[in-house]
Amino acid sequence: MEKSVTQIALFAALIAILGLIPKIDLISGVPITAQSLGVMLCGTVLGAKRGALAVVLFLVLVAAGLPLLSGGRGGLGVFAAPSVGYLIGFPIAAFVAGWVVQTWRAGVGIAAFAGAAIGGVLVLNIIGVIGMSVMLNKTLFEAALLAAPFLLGDSIKSVLAGLITQSIARMRPDALLSRG
Amino acid sequence: MLTLTYPSKTWAHPLPAGGKLAALALATMGLFALHEPAHLALAALGTSGLIASGGGGFALASLRPLWMLWPFVAIVAAWHLWLRDPAGTAIILRMITAVGLANFVTMTTKLTDMIAVIEWLLRPVARVIPAPRIALAIALTIRFIPVMLQRAGDLALAWRARSPNRPRWRILPALTLSTLDDAARVAEALRARGGVD
Repeated sequence: MEKSVTQIALFAALIAILGLIPKIDLISGVPITAQSLGVMLCGTVLGAKRGALAVVLFLVLVAAGLPLLSGGRGGLGVFAAPSVGYLIGFPIAAFVAGWVVQTWRAGVGIAAFAGAAIGGVLVLNIIGVIGMSVMLNKTLFEAALLAAPFLLGDSIKSVLAGLITQSIARMRPDALLSRG
Repeated sequence: MLTLTYPSKTWAHPLPAGGKLAALALATMGLFALHEPAHLALAALGTSGLIASGGGGFALASLRPLWMLWPFVAIVAAWHLWLRDPAGTAIILRMITAVGLANFVTMTTKLTDMIAVIEWLLRPVARVIPAPRIALAIALTIRFIPVMLQRAGDLALAWRARSPNRPRWRILPALTLSTLDDAARVAEALRARGGVD
């Protein structure tokens, strides 16, 4: 019991760290923040349920007024902004990523990459685009055009999520709760 | 760690957090019910007055978080100018007013008060997850953010001591692994002190 509380709390902190690290420069030349990578990792490492709870905890702290979103954003304002769909999609993305790793018995790296791509890229962007279309009063297609430039960075992040999850599986085979 | 609460007191700081949040929820719903640009302009004007009532420094500080909206404002403005559709004004006014109002509540409410309201709102969840456990998780996350930020910095330094290249993503497996290890150690420490309800 204690362990699930600390894992959820510390992975919520990990999402925050990945948004705060200044210009982690994941791949040279591509300006992407690592925050959504943190969301993917919550799912692929902690599994669906704990991963989603960690993301919810992170969002609670953002709503309460901590500037933990990338770029030092936070507070209630971010939930009134057009990008709110991505915030709502974060826990769902982590859940889907974790669910894929738990159910698909492929190699850990492949399953984690697939989970991160389906949850953290596909599902997240679908919810994000719906959010923008509602908030900006645009059609889904028009909103999708706004999201398109970020898909390359998102895909790179899902590859990294797969690699990181795989290296954790190698170093601490029993620590990977998504395959517990 | 710094919160987004404005440090010096305005008239809105002592108001109960729950009341401010309820008013914000109603006001935001109201904003989405308005479609006439003139009505939304009035709402935007009222919000500006509200923000200005906090004083010059406060008003200046509230402008900063609005900056994140500029890409959306630019795109909506360009799109609707091109279509010659006046509805764009309403969308932009509503977006800025809604975010401005929400920021006003965040800036005038202490983190502890906000967390108290959130815990109150989470009471229905208390059957599944007991309240003390939620409180503990919140406290642990806040405590561990500076610790892990330091850890990330140390890992980057260790990398740089050995490589002429920037660390990039290669420190992330180590950072994630150390998060898992910390979680295991903190759980053990908690159990040694009587455990979690």
